[in-house]
Amino acid sequence: MSGTWLLVLLCGAGTAALKSTGPLLLGGRPLRAGIARVVGLLGPALLAALVAVTTFGGDRALTLDARALGVGAAAVAIRAHAPVLLVVVVAAAVTGLARALA
Amino acid sequence: MEEAGAPRTARDGIRAAGPLAVVVGGFGISFGVLARAAGMGIAAPIAMSMTTFAGSAQFAAVSIREAGGTVATAVMAAILLNSRYVPIGLSVAPSLQGSRLPRFFRAQLVVDESWALASEDDGRFDPGVLLGAGLTLYVAWVAGTALGVVFGDILGDPAALGLDAAFPALFLALLAPQLRSGSARGAASVGAAVALALIPFAPPGVPIVCASVGCLLGLRGGPAEAP
Repeated sequence: MSGTWLLVLLCGAGTAALKSTGPLLLGGRPLRAGIARVVGLLGPALLAALVAVTTFGGDRALTLDARALGVGAAAVAIRAHAPVLLVVVVAAAVTGLARALA
Repeated sequence: MEEAGAPRTARDGIRAAGPLAVVVGGFGISFGVLARAAGMGIAAPIAMSMTTFAGSAQFAAVSIREAGGTVATAVMAAILLNSRYVPIGLSVAPSLQGSRLPRFFRAQLVVDESWALASEDDGRFDPGVLLGAGLTLYVAWVAGTALGVVFGDILGDPAALGLDAAFPALFLALLAPQLRSGSARGAASVGAAVALALIPFAPPGVPIVCASVGCLLGLRGGPAEAP
């Protein structure tokens, strides 16, 4: 098997295992109230981490570049209740423009 | 997300995911372009999008291969990046009913975006929205990948278009409606701070999983706290 197909196979199998661990172990059973409160905060915690890492993450270093301008513009668009497509277009356009001007 | 209370259906999930599907399709195209440029051919990148269905992990694995890294290194990066799906899977587990096989397949359709859309105020996840949004985004991701590998040559460099800023912008748009309560804002702050602090020291993906500790703020609040 070529390296490429081995990569496809292992990434697929690994991800399938990670995604199905919770649902196969305790699928269908309701969470206790205390646990549900903790789980309810997982969304904000993980999504904020994704925002932070995809904005400031570099090669094992924190970086400040044109992405931050784009994400700042996206935040303004979100505050103005812009639809999600516009938010993403604004972020990409501002970042692309900043790179073109730099 | 405003009309809380009534159970939502897969159709609601499809409708909610529509605009996101355009964005995810765009990510799929740029993944296809990258994978083709990395010498993966046409079938393998499409097969990867069909079986892995996790954007950041696929981008990381293919970038590592393109830079000359081994298969083992690329797989390890993808696994680390996707390890957040263990806590995510635990959180949606109560919403996935039925026998093992359908539970397994529904779990594969869970991605960051469908998970965020299906989130309810009380820490539960709407199964209809998980299914409808997950299927919509799956089709967009796979179709985008196919477009990217086939027509990549004429599409140019995605980074020059600012597409890398589209990732955080999309996540921010998904995060904003979840910040209604003080504890949610606290969890988000802790999550972002932990992730940023770990970036220089930990392999990619690990900072995001460790950011899960932000949700432990939920141990503090009593049931009286309203969103």
